Amino acid sequence: MDSALIPEGVKRCSFGKFALWIGFWSLLMLWALAGAGVCWLKGLNQTNLNDYFGFGAWITADLAIIALGAGAFFTGFMRYILGIEDFKPIINFVVIIGFICYSSALAILALDIGQPLRGWHIFWHANVHSMLTEVAFCISAYFMVLTIEYIPLVLENRQLDKIPLVHHFSHNLHHIMAVFAATGAFLSFFHQGSLGGVAGVLFGRPFAFRQHFAIWPTTFFLFIFSAIACGPCFTILVTRITELITRKKLVKQNVIVKLAKVSGWLLVGYLLVKTLDTVYWAMVTLPNMGVSFMDMYPESPFTIWILIAELGFCGVIPAIILITEKGRNNNLLLIPAAILTCIGICLNRYVMTVQALALPVMPFDNFVNYIPNWAEWVTSLAPFAYGAILISLSYRYLPVFPQEKELNP
Amino acid sequence: MFPFSFEWHWDIGHMVFHGALWYALSILGMGLGYAAIKSFIDLKKGGHH
Repeated sequence: MDSALIPEGVKRCSFGKFALWIGFWSLLMLWALAGAGVCWLKGLNQTNLNDYFGFGAWITADLAIIALGAGAFFTGFMRYILGIEDFKPIINFVVIIGFICYSSALAILALDIGQPLRGWHIFWHANVHSMLTEVAFCISAYFMVLTIEYIPLVLENRQLDKIPLVHHFSHNLHHIMAVFAATGAFLSFFHQGSLGGVAGVLFGRPFAFRQHFAIWPTTFFLFIFSAIACGPCFTILVTRITELITRKKLVKQNVIVKLAKVSGWLLVGYLLVKTLDTVYWAMVTLPNMGVSFMDMYPESPFTIWILIAELGFCGVIPAIILITEKGRNNNLLLIPAAILTCIGICLNRYVMTVQALALPVMPFDNFVNYIPNWAEWVTSLAPFAYGAILISLSYRYLPVFPQEKELNP
Repeated sequence: MFPFSFEWHWDIGHMVFHGALWYALSILGMGLGYAAIKSFIDLKKGGHH
């Protein structure tokens, strides 16, 4: 039925099977849209957000998605700016993953601001003393970059490419892609950092506040470092899941192994500076604020084990696997390592959002925990369904993987 | 926000924030413009890649 749209020389499942697959994910998307609709129509009182927790599941999801999507800008940076050609076979897929992550993050932010019709206020009535303004500027502009990077791939569809103007436009965009990639790298470094900066400048929240270098708290640099360390792992994970579902080898092992190596050494670097930062925070910053390290981990679920899980189980263990040649060449170790790295980054973004707000800061404050309600859960998890739909459509109709024909003769 | 908006102040914050934003948007706009114009020129020439 749609065979004229499928790239030449590759095999795809029947249209009926594909429609069923898309239908399944569309149902989940509809559920998420219902949740979003309730919040938009009735207001944020339909969520479990309150005066204690202005930031909750949505901001956690946002920070996590943006960190996981960092593979897009960092792989683009390595491919176009550093000129590492090894990443060429995966660059299309990385752009799609980044596009999904950032469009999801923007959609979730549209929910979180409560009144999306006033979303433009952050640009027009910008508070230039706010890290969030920088985040809003950079995320929006970087989403434009990702869209521009995605357009040539869409235009390479077998039928669209037959139109001469479209063919030329796609070719000319490819020709200057390094300019867009450099702009994207500049924007991404800043917004990843500013997301960390949002937490680090909260001088009334000892859990989040950190020592500053000039105007930037250490969390600014830690968020950049952690994002570029885990982004490639998320790319590896999504690639392997796509290969598992399609039952095809789509990218050569050497590309995956190189990504794993980069991710592993970045993770080692991140863990070193994160450990130093944590020690300084525990020994100097917290005592100066009149609290102790263990005050930050008072009761379940925010005990010291959450820090051990973040830095140990989801940090040190995957780092060891990724930096050793045997570890990253063994899929049975590589995939769990990639999963642990991604869980670690999500955990980090969770504690910097929810734990930072849960801990009492005033003598009359209580320890209050926060559990998202159904509307927050479904909208926060909607990027999985949206991602599955967009990846499926792209895989079916666009030449995403240049090595596919060679690997599946 | 533009410099002619009533909220604008010629201070370092406004210049850095908005300068960087407009700088990035200008690069994207010029890049897209270049690709579009060159595509029309290539089409007129009738060349193939």
